[in-house]
Amino acid sequence: MEPHQHTHKCKEVFSLLSEYLNLELPPEACQEIETHLAGCQPCIEFAESLRKTVELCRQYQPAELPAPLGKEAREQLLEAYAKMLSGRKTVS
Amino acid sequence: MPALERKHEVELARQLIAGEPHAFDGFVEHFRAKVFHYSWLMCRNREDAEEVAQETLLKVFESFAHLREPERVRPWVFRIARNACLMKRRKSVFAPPRELSLDDFLPQMNHDGGDARIQIADWSLLPDDRLLRSEMKQVLDQAISELPEHYRTVILLRDMEELSTLETAETLDLTEDVVKTRLHRARLAVRQKLDEYLRGG
Repeated sequence: MEPHQHTHKCKEVFSLLSEYLNLELPPEACQEIETHLAGCQPCIEFAESLRKTVELCRQYQPAELPAPLGKEAREQLLEAYAKMLSGRKTVS
Repeated sequence: MPALERKHEVELARQLIAGEPHAFDGFVEHFRAKVFHYSWLMCRNREDAEEVAQETLLKVFESFAHLREPERVRPWVFRIARNACLMKRRKSVFAPPRELSLDDFLPQMNHDGGDARIQIADWSLLPDDRLLRSEMKQVLDQAISELPEHYRTVILLRDMEELSTLETAETLDLTEDVVKTRLHRARLAVRQKLDEYLRGG
């Protein structure tokens, strides 16, 4: 067997990995990717690192939080909300 | 958890439309934090992010009559937030987005003898439940802030806010294919930064 370069198939799998992880591919394409991954250690390592990256992003919580809502800002919003409610009533 | 959160938002939106008095503060608190987070990561400026959050909520109330389906409240709020961010950063209009090449993210290979090794960190050392240690969080934060803006907005909406591909496309006025293209590149770029960190670079 030739030493592993990124083969055409590796590159194809590489380009589809996000869609694969998102379960956005048709079943045949998933099957093809899984068959390739089963026999290609570099691709499986890479796919796992991308899966963990996505997992990290999902768990990510902001370091910065907004300052508490000021009284004036709240009143401004409340006024807009009251207008929204009264507008809705006159329409219906 | 995200599914529960979305259910909660839809419920809040329904109550808000119905004029239930307690819904207002719950809605404002929830979406103010979410929009602030998104716009802080987009604008990188606390003052701008707080203004975007306030402007977004005002706009939300002003146009709530247009929200026919409470199920769509999250993408709808983010669409308004994204436009408010763009207004803050008008210069982005003049920087047409270009897609990065996938080849830039292909890992290098080592060829020792006949056996090839991929040049990446050992990610198996990073168990799922310990992914977000504080230093990883900083690296992730940095990686996201270094993404081009048109990639950052997609990864924030898709992976952090967990909007669907279609919802993200509608929020950003893009096709679903473009969302997929940008999400993949954004993830690859973030992965690359994390990999460098894990390799001690």
